[in-house]
Amino acid sequence: MKTSQSAILTRRAALAAGAGLGAFALMPTARATPETMAAAVKTFTGGKPIADGRVKLEISLLVENGNSVPLSVTVDSPMTRQDHVKRIGIFNEKNPLPEVLTFHLTPRSGRAQVASRMRLNDTQFITAIAEMSDGSFWSGKAEVIVTMPACVEE
Amino acid sequence: MTRALINIPQKAKRGEVIEIKTMLSHPMETGFRPSSDGRLVPRDIIEKFVCTYNGEVVFSADLYPAVSANPFLSFNMVAEQSGTIVFAWTDNHGKTQVQTAAIQVE
Repeated sequence: MKTSQSAILTRRAALAAGAGLGAFALMPTARATPETMAAAVKTFTGGKPIADGRVKLEISLLVENGNSVPLSVTVDSPMTRQDHVKRIGIFNEKNPLPEVLTFHLTPRSGRAQVASRMRLNDTQFITAIAEMSDGSFWSGKAEVIVTMPACVEE
Repeated sequence: MTRALINIPQKAKRGEVIEIKTMLSHPMETGFRPSSDGRLVPRDIIEKFVCTYNGEVVFSADLYPAVSANPFLSFNMVAEQSGTIVFAWTDNHGKTQVQTAAIQVE
C-alpha cells in the first residue's frame, strides 16, 4: 500500500524526490493512516488485497456539526446470486474507534446502495470497503472537513 | 419500547427493487463521553440490526458507537411476494426491539 511507502519516507527524502514525486506525495492516500484503522480493515478483509474502485462513498465535504453526518455507499455490482456484494464496511481514522458500520447484503438486496448517519470527531478520511461474493475487496474513500466535532458537548 | 420509524412502500410489483428507510429513537451513547461528574457515561448502543422478509434475512448491519443517535439505515430489497417484513434492533445489553411492516406484491 502507498501509505506504508510514505511512512518510511523521511522529510529530506520527500523533499529530494519532490520534483518527481510531488504529485504522488500530495495525493490523499499519502496521508498517514492511523494503525488502528489499518488493523480494523485487516480484520475485515482477513488480510486480502483491496483494489480501488467500484465503491462510491458519498459524504459532505464540509460539515458544520459532526454529530450526524449523512453518508451513502453505492457499489457497482449486478447483485445476482452469482455476483453480489456481501459486506460493506465503513472505517474512519480519527474517531475513538476505527469501525463505524458494517452492512451485510444478500442477492435479495437487489441494489448495492446503503445509507446511514455517522459521528465525526475530526476532519478526516472515511473509507468504505466492499466484499464481493467472489471474495475480492474494493474500496472508495472521501475526505470530510469538520468544523464542530462530535463528542464535545455534554 | 422506543419509537421506530419505517418508510416502506405498501405496494410493489413483483421483482421491483424497493428502498427501505428505518430510524429508531435511541441515544447511541458511545461510552467515551464523560458526564458532569467526570465519569464516563456507560455505553448504550444498538449493535445489530436485522431485516427479515418472510423468514429470510435480506439485510443486516453491525453498528458501532460512531453511528449517530437515532440510528438511521437505508437499504434496498427485491419485492418477491406479499408478506411481512420484520425489523429487529438489538442493543449491547441484549435487548431487542421488533417492528413489523406488511407489503403487498402484485
